[in-house]
Amino acid sequence: MSGAPLLRMRGITKSFLGVRVLHGVDLDLYPGRLHALVGENGAGKSTLMKVLAGVHRPDGGTVELDGEPVAFEHPVQAQRAGVATVFQEFNLLPERTVAENVFLGREIRRRGLVDGRAMERATGELLAGLDLEGIAPGARVRSLSVAQQQVVEIVRALSLEARVISMDEPTAALADHEVEALYRIIGRLRERGVAVLYVSHRMREIFDLADTITVLKDGHRVTTVPAGEITPAELVRRMVGRPVSAVFPEPLEPHGEHVGRVRLSVSGGGNAQLDGIGFEVRGGEILGMAGLQGSGRTEVAHALFGVERFTRGEVRVDGRRIDPRSPLRAVRAGLALVTEDRKARGLALHQSVAANGRLVLDAVWPFGSARRARRLPGILSSVELVARGGHDQEVRYLSGGNQQKVVLAKWLAAEPGVMVLDEPTRGIDVGARQAVYRLVRELAAAGVAVVLISSELPELIGMADRLLVLRDGRVAGELPGGASEEAVMAMATGSPHGGPAPEAVDPRTHPAASPSDGPPPHPSRHEEAAP
Amino acid sequence: MTRLPSLLPRGPVPRPGTTGLVYLALAVLLALGAALVAARGGSLFTTATTVDLFTRSSLLGFLAIGQTLVILCRSLDLSVGYVAALSTVVAATTMAGDPSRILLGVGAALGLAGLIGLVNGLVVTGLRVNPFIATLGTGLVIKGYLDTNFQGPAGSVPAAFQALGYTRIGVLPVSTLVMLGAAVAAVVFLRRTRMGYHMYAVGGDAEVARLSGIRAGVPTVTAHVLCSVAAGTAGLLLAARFGTGSATVYGNGYELEAIAAVVLGGTYLLGGRGGVAGTLAGVFILATLDTVFNVLGVDPFVKDVLRGVIVIAAVAVYARGQHSRAAVRVRFPPGGAPPPAPGPDSGTGPAAPAQPLGGSR
Repeated sequence: MSGAPLLRMRGITKSFLGVRVLHGVDLDLYPGRLHALVGENGAGKSTLMKVLAGVHRPDGGTVELDGEPVAFEHPVQAQRAGVATVFQEFNLLPERTVAENVFLGREIRRRGLVDGRAMERATGELLAGLDLEGIAPGARVRSLSVAQQQVVEIVRALSLEARVISMDEPTAALADHEVEALYRIIGRLRERGVAVLYVSHRMREIFDLADTITVLKDGHRVTTVPAGEITPAELVRRMVGRPVSAVFPEPLEPHGEHVGRVRLSVSGGGNAQLDGIGFEVRGGEILGMAGLQGSGRTEVAHALFGVERFTRGEVRVDGRRIDPRSPLRAVRAGLALVTEDRKARGLALHQSVAANGRLVLDAVWPFGSARRARRLPGILSSVELVARGGHDQEVRYLSGGNQQKVVLAKWLAAEPGVMVLDEPTRGIDVGARQAVYRLVRELAAAGVAVVLISSELPELIGMADRLLVLRDGRVAGELPGGASEEAVMAMATGSPHGGPAPEAVDPRTHPAASPSDGPPPHPSRHEEAAP
Repeated sequence: MTRLPSLLPRGPVPRPGTTGLVYLALAVLLALGAALVAARGGSLFTTATTVDLFTRSSLLGFLAIGQTLVILCRSLDLSVGYVAALSTVVAATTMAGDPSRILLGVGAALGLAGLIGLVNGLVVTGLRVNPFIATLGTGLVIKGYLDTNFQGPAGSVPAAFQALGYTRIGVLPVSTLVMLGAAVAAVVFLRRTRMGYHMYAVGGDAEVARLSGIRAGVPTVTAHVLCSVAAGTAGLLLAARFGTGSATVYGNGYELEAIAAVVLGGTYLLGGRGGVAGTLAGVFILATLDTVFNVLGVDPFVKDVLRGVIVIAAVAVYARGQHSRAAVRVRFPPGGAPPPAPGPDSGTGPAAPAQPLGGSR
């Protein structure tokens, strides 16, 4: 590593309520380089970022910017010094325009009055500098997609002439093609000599982007290595401190009466967002649902579950025609939906683990739910829930992974025949992911028909027996499990890339090939997928 | 030139703003009212009724403009009625019928009102007391003071000041002009000053505002001070009309009517969205309702029932509108044949591209 670091953190320690979460962490950021920070949830990544951003003050250690010691006591001090942070939860005002958000707190004035036009012009120039003329500076942030909102955050950082930008899981809510766009923006930032600190759970991004990788574990810095000198498997091993044998668990031997029978069939399903949705899922099968953000994946899940119901077509569960007009009916028909937004829609955050586990039982079959609830402790232990306060702990204090396990337990208690999982591993750490994957395999083996929706192609390809690709509210085609990422992307984007779309695959074939090893990391995919 | 496909615009989404909708409702209401009155053989737009309409709106206007600022900051002020009543008493007793003491009286009334607003703001931001409780508390303190010390009319207002209540230019009372001036000032304040921007920010998300370097308490306290001063001004207007200080006007439920006008005008009760322009329309809608009911001779109790129903209905309509606006675009509209399914190679057709995926081709 040549030259002096732009930002140097030495021996950073931080404790909360007597619990030490950072133990003397060192970190160097160089201009034009991307430094990836990895580690399981709770490893201290977010805390370190917040120390850098001025949200938390370190208990010990020094931060030097350009050789000068700095001590940020407030995020605004950090921003003024040129250290900007794009947090996972956006710090934007949805009711205000892009320009008003970019210049929030630093509104441009002319003769004492705020000059809205000047702000829009300056925002437009910043956007143009990133080749993002598509976002109107006068548009309300509420009308933007998640990816566009993220761009607004980055533009705000640039408007502060940030020399250091740290990003906390910037791709957590993005679909693959949006990730490409982010890659290019990061490329531009690096050309400008911005030092980037990048926190992510996704191995591929880390190896695509990073020059240097620092692994944190339990608040300690495990290692800092150039990205070229470590393999993904080795990196994962250092994060968790144990080798992860296979990324995705092998399918289990199916048992149970429903295996092989069609449990869910949809034909001609449509509503305001969807049209001509048709597919079948058999007991014991995992159907992966792929597609770009906004292609209608979540809408299909919501239609099946009666949130935004199908206005056309028919849905059959175990051969019986059902009309899921409300979630209540859907649950009674044997459907379950693990929502992509677990905090807002999956959990009662201020209630206990036990109360959340009983939610569905109490609501849908109020009589005798106490008897059924006796199963819950067993289910909660089978999902490997780790809650320090036991089952009386409020779920808001649990980590993301454990919260997701509570959601799963809630649905398992209802013994669904069809389980729809929408982004089940979003924002949860490697260990919890493995638990979710194992659970999905177990469910399938027990004869449940599983629909798995994910933005992460490796996850879909590694877990699913078949892939249904959606594009713009319609079924674009089907692919066998283990299909290449390029094939899925080609179908999802509708580009002719990748030759003839292999739609001729018989949907009923259970692929014999085991996809369990997952595809090898493929750093060049993003360049290829973009025509 | 490569462009980033995912970040292209979603296309123009033309929809009437809430403010436009409120003014439309006002126009419809005026037309409807005029038709109803005409059906009874009268006219809604005689000089007497028009003046009545404007007079009603000027009082409510001051209260509602101030309330708008407070609500935009995600706060609330339930003390405005009491502040207005206190202001009539302070102004009338300070002036004591002496024209040379008018300025002193106005200053005393507004100064005291501002001080009460400051207390409200500091209690809400500093002590973190829920604004509902905090301002109800200050209101009750004022009420207690007024009830113990002023049983009947107090002090007197010189004729020169009473002119404020009665003088008019054509059908437009001076008090209404002053109120409209205040409304324009408030609009400029919200749209063109940093403090105005920061009020929206604090009301929209206090944490975002804080992380952007806005001292979250400052806009809220400012809004409370301005709101109380506006309430004090409303009190001055009442004093000018009555010619004396009347401590019992707090019983008229001004604070709730002002909140109703603000909400009717499309300002979000949880802060961060809305504005004074809409509030003004809300004020005129309520004033028009009152005037029309008066002209038609509707029973006062029925009047209250109708007014309540209309406010609830209007807000319910907004709630529906908000719901549909939050929803995503309609890709396959109901009725009419759905567009033909694109072939596997045709990509996103021109009919569908809210998020053009392959935009770089």
